[in-house]
Amino acid sequence: MVGRLTVLGAVLSASLLAIALVIGVSVGIGDLPIPLSTTLSAVTNRLGWTSVELSRIHETVIWDYRLSRALVAAFCGAGLALSGAIMQSLLRNPLAEPYVLGISAGASSGAVAIVILGIGSGAVSLSAGAFAGAFAAFFFVALLSNGTRGGADRTILAGVAASQLFNAATSYIVTTSGNAQQARDVMFWLLGSFGGVRWPEFVLVSTVVGFGLAACLLAARVLDAFAFGDEAASSLGVDVGRVRIKLFALTALMTATIVSMVGSIGFVGLVVPHVARFLVGPTHIRLLPACAIGGAIFMVLADIASRVLIPQQTLPIGVVTALVGVPFFSIILYRFQRAS
Amino acid sequence: MSIRAEQLTWKIGGKTVLDTVSLEAAPGEMLGLLGPNGSGKTSLLRLLAGLKPPHSGRVMLEREDVRSISRQSIARRVAFVEQHATTNANLKVIDVVKLGRFPHRSMFSGWSPADEQAVEDALEKAGMTGKRDDYWHSLSGGEKQRVHIARALAQTPKELLLDEPTNHLDIQHQIGLLKLVSGLSVTSIIALHDLNHAAMFCDRLVVLRQGRVVASGHPGDVLTEDLLKDVFSVEARVELSAHHARPHIHYLR
Repeated sequence: MVGRLTVLGAVLSASLLAIALVIGVSVGIGDLPIPLSTTLSAVTNRLGWTSVELSRIHETVIWDYRLSRALVAAFCGAGLALSGAIMQSLLRNPLAEPYVLGISAGASSGAVAIVILGIGSGAVSLSAGAFAGAFAAFFFVALLSNGTRGGADRTILAGVAASQLFNAATSYIVTTSGNAQQARDVMFWLLGSFGGVRWPEFVLVSTVVGFGLAACLLAARVLDAFAFGDEAASSLGVDVGRVRIKLFALTALMTATIVSMVGSIGFVGLVVPHVARFLVGPTHIRLLPACAIGGAIFMVLADIASRVLIPQQTLPIGVVTALVGVPFFSIILYRFQRAS
Repeated sequence: MSIRAEQLTWKIGGKTVLDTVSLEAAPGEMLGLLGPNGSGKTSLLRLLAGLKPPHSGRVMLEREDVRSISRQSIARRVAFVEQHATTNANLKVIDVVKLGRFPHRSMFSGWSPADEQAVEDALEKAGMTGKRDDYWHSLSGGEKQRVHIARALAQTPKELLLDEPTNHLDIQHQIGLLKLVSGLSVTSIIALHDLNHAAMFCDRLVVLRQGRVVASGHPGDVLTEDLLKDVFSVEARVELSAHHARPHIHYLR
């Protein structure tokens, strides 16, 4: 038992160290390169542990721009991967991902309604609109899939219908009312960007994802019970309807928060859970933390790539997650086939 | 009495699937559920397991109405083995069997010696101890069914409900599985298609047709030539087997 706890401690420390390292690297990259040691000193200075002399510009860049961005990226990655893992387990479908309930389509409709139609006349931000749209889609799916009684297939179909509906609404608004620049802005936002995220966003996303992770871990054993389907879970004593609606609402909250903040970043929520399952197995008490850690690292790396792949230009993060992620995932799939 | 159905009626989309079905199983008894396809065997098992509420009537576990008991408490004493339940998760046999302890654990309780004991006993009874670390996908159909039974036994149930567990198994595994179930000390209610197997292994039989009970009792009393013609639409002669002293059905062309 002591041995297992030691291993657990070692793995967790190594993971947190890895996350800290990629965040450090991410902070160092940009028009003004900052060495890892400077970033470390800036953090320890702020914590009051050290008092190293640093240039004012370095400190400003680290604190006001890059560190919050990297941290937000880490939490977004963790939240999306967690949501994906829960969706895949509850719906028992390897293709399920955080947006399967139509959340990203709803968020984009909400966003264009604010940006192009000017609903709320400036009082409501794009993020608030996206968040409202995401939850509208979620309730639409919940209604269409007959609340909690519909099975997994019905939920997926309802999600597909909701996505089509909201995407159509988005396209309709963009083509009938938007100008080219607005369409381009919306498009860029949809593909995801960490530009412009600061500490208030960090506080929000870390609170939501932190709460989500804690709630998921408490539900880990319940998620295991879904391995053989809803009926099997029910016969093991799970209140299937209640658990499903709670966990769906939890993932909707995490996903909507993330989408409304940084756009709909694809691929992370689909693939990280598969990679994590390959590495630590399907038992949720290990799988969920692995997803959170893997998602965080992957997203920070993707953010780095989005800034360095093309000089002087930042790619939409969703483009990078797919471009970098698919080859990586192909290798995993290929090796997994050979192993089994 | 261990489990009893009283006047159960259950409908789906206006169609009556079960019509005032009553049955009762004594502790330790193996009760066979027979009937043609679509006669309501699976629905009846689901109602007995408390997975669906009946439209009228009730299911009693000893002296308690199932509807007054929480899902978790039901799962502590009634275990259900579904027809071909499978998973795409890459689980080991031991992980699947451990699922059976789910209803006995609270959110924060660790893995107790009692849990360990129940899982070991279940693996042993189902003859899967040697395959504990094998992966689900590497198992044969017969082994998968045994794992499901081990998972059900790990629930330490008083009642075990099985829905056509011998489907798609070869004859060796069919007989092996029925021997396993009939050797258990729990009350079992088992839906079966093979009438000869039911006659050989079950203590009592209940025959359903279009959602109604048309016969029940000891195999020798239930499995008559008239009933086979009437319910199953087959010509047959029923003989008393010289080998196991149970009825043996000889189908005619």
